Amino acid sequence: MSMTKKSKIMTTCLFIFFLAVAAITLLPLALLAVSSLRPGSDLMRYGLNFSIDWASANLNEYKLLFSGENAYFIWYKNSLVITVVQVALALFLSACVGYGFAMYNFKGKNAIFLCVLLVMMVPTEVILLPLYRLIVGMKLVNNMWGIILPYLVVPMLVFFFRQYLSGIPKDFLDAARVDGCTEYGIFFKIMVPLMKPSFAAMGIYQGMQSWNNFLWPMIVTNSIDKITLPVGLQSLLSPYGNNYDILIAGSCFAIIPILVLFICFQRYFIEGMTAGGVKG
Amino acid sequence: MKKKSVFKKFLYSQKVAPYVFIAPFVVTFLVFFAYSICSMIIMSFQKVAGANTSFVGLDNYKILSNAVFIKSLKNSIFYTIVTCILMIPIPMVLAAMLNSKHMRGKAAFRSILFIPALTSVVVAGVVFRLMFGELEGSFMNQVIGVFGVEPLIWLRKPTTVWIALFLLCLWRWTGVNMMYYLSGLQQIPEDLYESASIDGATSMQQLRYITIPLLKPTTIYVLTISIFGGMAMFSESYMLFNGNKSPNNVGTTLVGMLYRMGFEQNNLGIASAIGVTFLAIVLVVNLFQLKLNGTLGKGEE
Repeated sequence: MSMTKKSKIMTTCLFIFFLAVAAITLLPLALLAVSSLRPGSDLMRYGLNFSIDWASANLNEYKLLFSGENAYFIWYKNSLVITVVQVALALFLSACVGYGFAMYNFKGKNAIFLCVLLVMMVPTEVILLPLYRLIVGMKLVNNMWGIILPYLVVPMLVFFFRQYLSGIPKDFLDAARVDGCTEYGIFFKIMVPLMKPSFAAMGIYQGMQSWNNFLWPMIVTNSIDKITLPVGLQSLLSPYGNNYDILIAGSCFAIIPILVLFICFQRYFIEGMTAGGVKG
Repeated sequence: MKKKSVFKKFLYSQKVAPYVFIAPFVVTFLVFFAYSICSMIIMSFQKVAGANTSFVGLDNYKILSNAVFIKSLKNSIFYTIVTCILMIPIPMVLAAMLNSKHMRGKAAFRSILFIPALTSVVVAGVVFRLMFGELEGSFMNQVIGVFGVEPLIWLRKPTTVWIALFLLCLWRWTGVNMMYYLSGLQQIPEDLYESASIDGATSMQQLRYITIPLLKPTTIYVLTISIFGGMAMFSESYMLFNGNKSPNNVGTTLVGMLYRMGFEQNNLGIASAIGVTFLAIVLVVNLFQLKLNGTLGKGEE
């Protein structure tokens, strides 16, 4: 009897503790959401906080955002296009490379795979400058391909696909060859369908990376109609606060679609964004 | 016609196919990665002024003894060490608590704690910059006001700058690291705990002698990403200070210094020397890591 009582107390304590942790976690986003219902000038004068006069709360900020008299939706579109193109290309090409490593033995395999690990280990910030000069040389500044090209094949994805495919027995391939399937036919007709679940998780991983990427797009693009959403939002953060209306509402509106996707496809999000840990 | 079919046969042969599959990686690796590394190493020995370049030996590496550079390096190392100290035990304990059989609403809490990871560094940075604003009504000043502390100018003094940076890191990444630990915990067989509790081990002892040792692979992984994330930290500081500028360089990091030299002052040689130094640090950490972990290759085969 005392045991169950003790475990009840335990359950309650844990629950209350996690309620508090959850509240703290959501607090910054709640601050943002509440502030988006106040005029930006308020924020400038009184600071970011929860005090709000609910009677005068309104959606004016959002109306301003949607009025089209700002570049917000150009940035939104840029980010969306770049994200879609990058995810599609990175998934396809990385899957090819991962498949090559998982299914074949060839000369130089280990050396080349070591290069994959090397790229994975070196933070992209290290080669920021020479990479930028290369993009300048290729005349791709202010061009979405300048953002996308260097990250066409993502080592993290290669690594993941290789792991994922290494569970598939190789005699499977031989059987297909006997049936007259070509090497590429095997990949497209047999392997790609088998890889579908991993495409979902990796698509979300890469999608989050592309959508939220800040440093590289900031370096490669500078004209107001070519920058991506994070870069655009950052540019609104002026010390005079005259853009706070769009900044706050725009920040909220940048999170909402991801939040909706997250609620619908939670499993894939968590799988995708923690994929690096699976090798453990 | 015949030639084409020979070519096709060659391309479709089992010997050539793997090279076709990995070609995208080889091409992007050579063009973007290898080329960049090489040109960075060469530039680090050059003085680049417009089209004129001249070799200056090790002159660019004199930056390594520059006081601001040393400060930025110290900042990066300090940030890395503290984030490792924070971002390993806290998510581990949270995961262990969440995994407990007494826990209700596991899935909901797990998802909520994960939400900050969905935000970009820009949105997170905007919120934290404003939360740590210097106005009396800025959220953090209101919080400390409850305890009777006078409003602070958070982003001016080193201590409070670090508090803001660490809280930002904690907020964004606790959920992700916790997720790594949760999947690590699921791989620990339940009967280990059962037999331990039959032997009379307290839950503290179980944590100490079962959970923590068996989570070692996860811990090594989290440690690795924390070290590289920490040493490469730049955007967080850039957002908090609204640019690569902080009073008295309190928030200037290694990458911040590289950015300042390369992109703001157009001093390509010195920026490259910083890049090469950074690369060397990364490689040394990696070697150390491989030693700690057994060779990476072995671990994965």
